[in-house]
This record gives sequence, C-alpha cells and structure tokens, in this order.
Amino acid sequence: MLRLEHVAWTTPDGDQIVRDIDLTIGNGKLVVITGPNGSGKTSLVKLVAGIMEPTSGRIYLDGEDITDADVTERAKKGIAYAFQQPVKFKGMTVKDMLELAAGEDMPFVNVCGLLGKVGLCAEEYIDRELSGSLSGGESKRIEIATVLARNAKLSIFDEPEAGIDLWSFTRLVETFQELQNEQKGTLLVISHQERILSIADEIVVIADGVVEKAGPRDEILPQLLAQPHMACCPQGKREIW
Amino acid sequence: MNKITETLMRIVSEYDGDLKGAYNIREDGGCAARQSTENIKIESKEDKPGLEVHIKAGTKGETVSIPACVTRGGVDDLVYNDFFVGEDADVTIVAGCGVHTDDGGDARHNGIHRFFLAKGAKVLYTEKHVGTGEGTGKKSIDPVTEIFMEEDSVLEMDTVQIRGVDRSVRKTSATLAARAKLVVRERIMTDGEDFAQTDFDVVLNGEDSGADLVSRSVARGKSRQVFNSWMRGMNRCTGHSECDAILANDANVVAAPALEADHVDAELIHEAAIGKIAGEQILKLRTLGLTEEEAEEKIISGFLK
Ligand SMILES: Nc1ncnc2c1ncn2[C@@H]1O[C@H](COP(=O)(O)OP(=O)(O)O)[C@@H](O)[C@H]1O
Ligand SMILES: [Mg+2]
Repeated sequence: MLRLEHVAWTTPDGDQIVRDIDLTIGNGKLVVITGPNGSGKTSLVKLVAGIMEPTSGRIYLDGEDITDADVTERAKKGIAYAFQQPVKFKGMTVKDMLELAAGEDMPFVNVCGLLGKVGLCAEEYIDRELSGSLSGGESKRIEIATVLARNAKLSIFDEPEAGIDLWSFTRLVETFQELQNEQKGTLLVISHQERILSIADEIVVIADGVVEKAGPRDEILPQLLAQPHMACCPQGKREIW
Repeated sequence: MNKITETLMRIVSEYDGDLKGAYNIREDGGCAARQSTENIKIESKEDKPGLEVHIKAGTKGETVSIPACVTRGGVDDLVYNDFFVGEDADVTIVAGCGVHTDDGGDARHNGIHRFFLAKGAKVLYTEKHVGTGEGTGKKSIDPVTEIFMEEDSVLEMDTVQIRGVDRSVRKTSATLAARAKLVVRERIMTDGEDFAQTDFDVVLNGEDSGADLVSRSVARGKSRQVFNSWMRGMNRCTGHSECDAILANDANVVAAPALEADHVDAELIHEAAIGKIAGEQILKLRTLGLTEEEAEEKIISGFLK
C-alpha cells in the first residue's frame, strides 16, 4: 500500500506545485491520476519515486516510511517509474536497458514477450540504440517496457499514451488490464485517456496541486465525462483534458 | 615470446593461446613469431624496420594479425608496416598494440601503417591499444595510419584505446577514389594525467566516395584530449564526422572539426558534443535500482562499446 500524508512540494522560487496531498493507494489496484496540464501530476509521482524530495509530508510504502530513501533505495524497495519524457542513451541498446531493468540477462523470447506488451516487435528493436534514431512513440513504448521488465510492487506510468499510435495504444490498454487481473503489483497511471480511465479501479483528479476528487471509477468517471470542455476524437481516443 | 606479451596479446588481439590465419608478433622491436598463408605473404622490409604484407586479389574471409608489444621500459619501437590488398579481396586486419613498463623507463610504440586498397578490396581493420604495468615510465603509442583507396574499395577501421596509455597522438589520413567508402569508429578513454590526440585528414577525391568518422571518448581525472578532423570533399561525395565526448572531473577536451568543400555536390556534415553525463541518464538508471556510481559506469561502458 502506498500512502501519502500531507505531501507538498514548493519550487525554490516559492511556487507551490504540490499542496498538502493525502492519498492512499491499495495493493493490486489500477489507479489513474488525471487533471489538467501543469496541475502537478508528474511532480507528485516524482516525489513518490524519490526523484524529487517533498518540502513537507511523509510517504509510506507498505507501512514503511520511505520519505528519506533516495531513488536507488526506493527502486530496490519496489517502485518503478516510466518517465514522461524517455531519456536517450548513446551506446545502450533496447536489450541492454531491459536487462538492466530486469536485473538479469534475458533470452530473446523474454525480450520478445516484453516488447510485445507495448506493441513492438523484438526482431526489429532488440539491438536498436536508445538514441535519437528512435521516434518519440517508439522510445515511449520502450520506456514503458523497462518498467514492465521490473515486475515492481508499484509501477508508475506517466502519460503512457503520449505519442503512440492507436494500435499500440490498444495493446497497451490490454497490457494494463492483464496486469490488473494478475494482481501482481499496483499500477499508478497518469493519463487523460478515457480508455485508460475506464479500466481504472480508482480515479484521482488533481487540480492546481491538490486532490480535487478521488474515488471509485464508477463514481468519478461520469462526472469527468459530463464536463463541457471534454474533447472527442472520432477514433475513440477521447481526451478528458 | 614472453609472459607480458602473452597477456597484452590477450587484451589487444584475438589471441587465445593461438592466432588464426597469417600473423606477425612483434615484441620489443623484434619478431617473436610469424606465419604467412597461401594468400597472405608477410615479409620483412629491406630498408627499414617493419613488414610488407601482400594480400592476393580475391582472398576472402582471411585474417592477418600483427600485434605489437613493448614489454619493458627503455624501449622506443618504431615500425613501418605496409599492406597491399589485392582487387576484390575481403579480409580482416588486426593490429593490436600493448605497452608495458614496470620501471622508470619509458615504453613507446610508434607504428606507421600504410594501406593500399586495390579496386573493390574490402578491409575491416581493428586496432586496440592498452597500457599496463606499475612503472613510472611513460607509456605512449603514436600510430600513423595512411590509407589509399582505389575505386569501389571499402575500409572499416575500428580503433579503441582502452586504458593506461599516458600519451598518444594518432594521425590518420585517407584518400578515396570513386565510390570508395571509409568508416572509422574511434573509442578513447583517458584518465589521470593522460593525453590523447586524434588527427583525421580525409580527402574525398572520387565521385560518390563517402566517409563516416565517429569518435566517442571519455575524459576523466586531469586528462586531456584533442580531436582534430579535416574532411575535404573534392567531388560529388558524402562526408560525416561526429565527435562526442563525456567529460568528468577536471578533464579538458578540445574538438576542432573542419570541413572543406571544393565541389558543389560535396555534402559534408559535422556534429560535435562535449559534456558531462546527463543527470537524467543517471536518474533513469537509478530508478532501475543502480547506485549513482553503477549508473555512471554503465553509461560510460555503453558509450564506449
Ligand atoms: N523542477 C521544477 N522547477 C520549477 N517548476 C517546476 C519544476 N517541475 C515542475 N515545475 C512546474 O510545476 C508545474 C506542474 O508541473 P508537472 O508536475 O509537470 O505538471 P503535470 O504533470 O500535471 O502536467 C508546472 O507549471 C511546471 O512548470
Ligand atoms: Mg506531466
């Protein structure tokens, strides 16, 4: 279980980006965080992953206070984070990265299985370098695969839909559902996509650094869909914000 | 050959108790062993130290190894090796070099290599450099490589300076005829007070000739590196050079690439970047459970791979 108590983060310039957030995320749940751009969602999950330190508040994982644990320690305790903007590495291949993430050498079939979960063919990608030669959607999907490779207690995905095509998106939604059904770990997904929101167990809406509302999907989603500014896309990729 | 040569050879060549194909093992300026094959003749030069290697036209898939080792201080080895690669031959040339000193004497190897590629010849040339030993003497390797490429020939050069070389000045020049292709991949790591300089001079003479130079280096400690390249397009051709350096501690890197086009259809590109390891790369690897130090090592070894 992940628990945030009065978590806040203020920039060195004094801007309050995350304000006094209390949040409890149960084990094995798929929780989707949504909210307008700039509302503090990425900042919030970076605080959870230990990439940023909260200005105040405490963070607990399975009852243990991890507020003072650094990124490496939190990773070892079972937190995995898929960056919103994947990082590029010259000289490191997709296989290298997946193996680092998994913590072991990986036979081709496993690489194939992992990349398949994000709609990529291993034959084509296994030896590709994680450099500028990959498209935005490709690096995004590889980034997601590195988190899947970790089989973590808590996996965080930051706007996994960004830049990926509709077919891969469908595959990704299925993958999230599979993980949800297996109940192996907790999934925390930042997303604006109706299709991801509609498979959530719970939805948390963040606005201006605070939790605006949170609750079971069936309670929150209808409220979001009723909002007048909701965009609609003919392919069924509906953006809530 | 002595024990040190054996150890060095395991690092810089494909030696595993044995070398395949044609070879010449040079130890402290002398010849420790040599073998020619039916298609590849290795002979000593008459007028100066060094070898003449003749590779018959049409030779396919064979390897020539010419490891050179300096195993003690006080040796300053200078050698001239010429390779004549016949038409349509397709071979691998391995020229590893190791320098070792256990005392205060300097150990230096200076290999001057010339490659003459006949029409359609294809060569993969690999060169690994390493310095070992606890001596205070300076270990230096100063290779000079001159490449002459006839029509449709291809040369791929892989050069790696692994560690422990105090000083190296590497000069590589190439002249390309029509449709000839040159690919150079260089990897350099310096640390402590090391100094490494690379000078490339590539002349794209022939129509549709092409060159691609990629240099990746890591400079740590108080080491210094200089990258100079001059690529000249004298005809319709393509040239690309790239110099990427990771800098750590108090190291210093100079990258001075130059391009010269003497023909309206010469397409020449250069990219250069120098900087420390990106913080977000370290962060990403830490989110996978690596410590900061482990992350740095991974990034550097990947980069130099
Ligand atoms: N390191 C930082 N320093 C200053 N401002 C930041 C920093 N990180 C994020 N911000 C600001 O915080 C706000 C929220 O950002 P973010 O958490 O990325 O929002 P979201 O993910 O909801 O779009 C933005 O206005 C952003 O510019
Ligand atoms: Mg964000």
